[in-house]
Amino acid sequence: MLERFLLLNNNENKTSRGLYMSNAVVKKTLLAMAIAGAATFAQADVVIGVAGPHTGAYAAFGEQLWRGAEKAAMDINAAGGINGEMIKLVKADDACEPKQAVSVANRLVDSDDAVAVVGHFCSSSSLPASRIYEEAGVLMVTPASTAPLLTDNGLPNVFRVCGRDDQQGDVAASYIVGELGATRVAVIHDKDTYGKGLADAMKSTLNAYGVQEVMYEGLTRGEKDFNAVITKIRSVDAEVVYFGGLHSEAGPLVRQLREQGSKAIFMSGDGIVSDEFVSVAGAPEYVDGVLMTFGAPPTSYPSGAKVIQEFRANGYEPEGYTLYSYTAMQVVAAALSNNNLDPMKAAEWLKTNSVSTVMGVKDFDEKGDLKVSDYVMYEWDAQGKYQQIN
Amino acid sequence: MDIVLQQLVNGLTLGSVYGLIAIGYTMVYGIIGMINFAHGDVYMVSAYITAIAIALLTFFGIESFPIILIGTLFLTVAVTGAYGWVIERIAYRPLRNSSRLAVLISAIGMSLILQNYVQLSQGANQQGVPTLLTGAMRIEVGDGFVQITYMKLLILFISLLGMGVLTYVIQKTKLGRMCRATQQDRKMASILGIDTDKVISTVFVIGAMMAALAGVLVTLDYGAFDFYVGFIIGIKAFTAAVLGGIGSLPGAMLGGLILGLSEALFAGLISSDYKDVFSFSLLVLILVFRPSGLLGKPEVEKV
Repeated sequence: MLERFLLLNNNENKTSRGLYMSNAVVKKTLLAMAIAGAATFAQADVVIGVAGPHTGAYAAFGEQLWRGAEKAAMDINAAGGINGEMIKLVKADDACEPKQAVSVANRLVDSDDAVAVVGHFCSSSSLPASRIYEEAGVLMVTPASTAPLLTDNGLPNVFRVCGRDDQQGDVAASYIVGELGATRVAVIHDKDTYGKGLADAMKSTLNAYGVQEVMYEGLTRGEKDFNAVITKIRSVDAEVVYFGGLHSEAGPLVRQLREQGSKAIFMSGDGIVSDEFVSVAGAPEYVDGVLMTFGAPPTSYPSGAKVIQEFRANGYEPEGYTLYSYTAMQVVAAALSNNNLDPMKAAEWLKTNSVSTVMGVKDFDEKGDLKVSDYVMYEWDAQGKYQQIN
Repeated sequence: MDIVLQQLVNGLTLGSVYGLIAIGYTMVYGIIGMINFAHGDVYMVSAYITAIAIALLTFFGIESFPIILIGTLFLTVAVTGAYGWVIERIAYRPLRNSSRLAVLISAIGMSLILQNYVQLSQGANQQGVPTLLTGAMRIEVGDGFVQITYMKLLILFISLLGMGVLTYVIQKTKLGRMCRATQQDRKMASILGIDTDKVISTVFVIGAMMAALAGVLVTLDYGAFDFYVGFIIGIKAFTAAVLGGIGSLPGAMLGGLILGLSEALFAGLISSDYKDVFSFSLLVLILVFRPSGLLGKPEVEKV
């Protein structure tokens, strides 16, 4: 049966060989044209990847990332681009999953020929992706990944325009000890690079102040029922619940905490800085009084006034990481334009030069961290908004 | 003491939700011997339908909670039931006489289709529904207290009611007799004049409706969901079905309750980091000593 089939196929081939050959010729020509096209294309454009969770449970952050990067690229292009060449953005979706981050990073360097990347968002995605960018000689500026390890790895091409979790944890711990005077602190995290890293950083500073946490536990990302953990928080009589993680878990957690009648103060980091925190929690009343560490209000810099105004004129409030993303794009553009579009030279240049951005002047140290960190404490109110309090 | 009681309450509500979803797995397995991997995603679809139903009802100016609840339950259960029917019709019935493996792959495909379809049509963001029922019952125990929200009580009540009604339907009605006959011997049942294709469709619809019941209750309680929410809860419900003995209806309910309780008690009294490890170790242990689950009947080799 199989033999007959093969035979048949062979015959068919013979009769139509002429056609096949001409087909092959056409294909080759097309391919050559495509290559030529791509080459001219690449010459005219600077390809920059915008990598983050554009889909999935954390897509709200991907939206902030994209809005900021897109606006920055438009503004830079309108002002003549980078050394006369236009920025072309490529959206790379990692869904905040390390595996997918690796594959989109490979795609960015291999088929999109990106010279720089703004992103990724989640630390657990940025970590594996940063190695791929380093091997390919691509500049990486993350607007949001705060895990200390990212820059401690010593890769020459990695920068961030946000703070580090150890700095953030410091601010949280000193607030708990200094302002709240609390001694019974429950530390909860989501077992992820960012969440656990932040919780650990906070815990170690807390311990350095001589306060021992009364509870330290992880919960599972993607679950919605945390009642068992909350009952335990109640049983240890915690005054403060510190959560290292993102809003999709923080929302149900704080809601169920209140539903079980606990009045403990809920505190978290920059992983909950999104309006979605309120909708995931169910109602603004549940987030009332929630404390959160985040960089000094990104909208407070005078240099950003014009951009913010333009965002608002388009009906978009530049919340959370939007302006960080804009800043990251400005850093990339400035570094590339001063170094003739060579990404690795640009990385070297950033370590000794400062860049003025919509969030003020940014200076980087040897590792790629900001020289000055600016974490402050915010509080959510019963209307579902947050204000700086300290 | 109050803490243990509170954990029991947490576990019971969680377990009754697992039980409701597990019914879908166990009934489908019982009747055609396949694992419906798309079942968790049917649950996820029902969460979205719940949100749409609530939005529709409030749009028409209905504000009383009982009417919204009943309306949402009715709409969601009906529409999700229709999903169950359509899924069986297009993904499983054409493969009725092919190997078990083909249907399994088809089910995995269906699960991916549902996830992506919802993601594309509804957006990938976290969705939320407003809190409709607030307030809680507080019982003083010693120097502590047990707090149960009214929503939790409602979950317990409605899911027990749902399970009760289903047990009655399967045990006492003509439809139930047809289901049981088809489960025991499909060929014989069809020779005796039972339209087995119709019975199988009905089982899928019942499974989807039970998942919808869970979907409405959980969505109203937690208020948050996304297109991926069916995965973890689906795995847990499947575990519950296996634990209780897959194919057995009371087994699914019992398995759900045991799983929920063991999770809550382990997380609450020892550590939440390893609660899943504990639940699955429990599953392994039970399967070692009772390979067909707690209430499952060992499969008799037919000669």
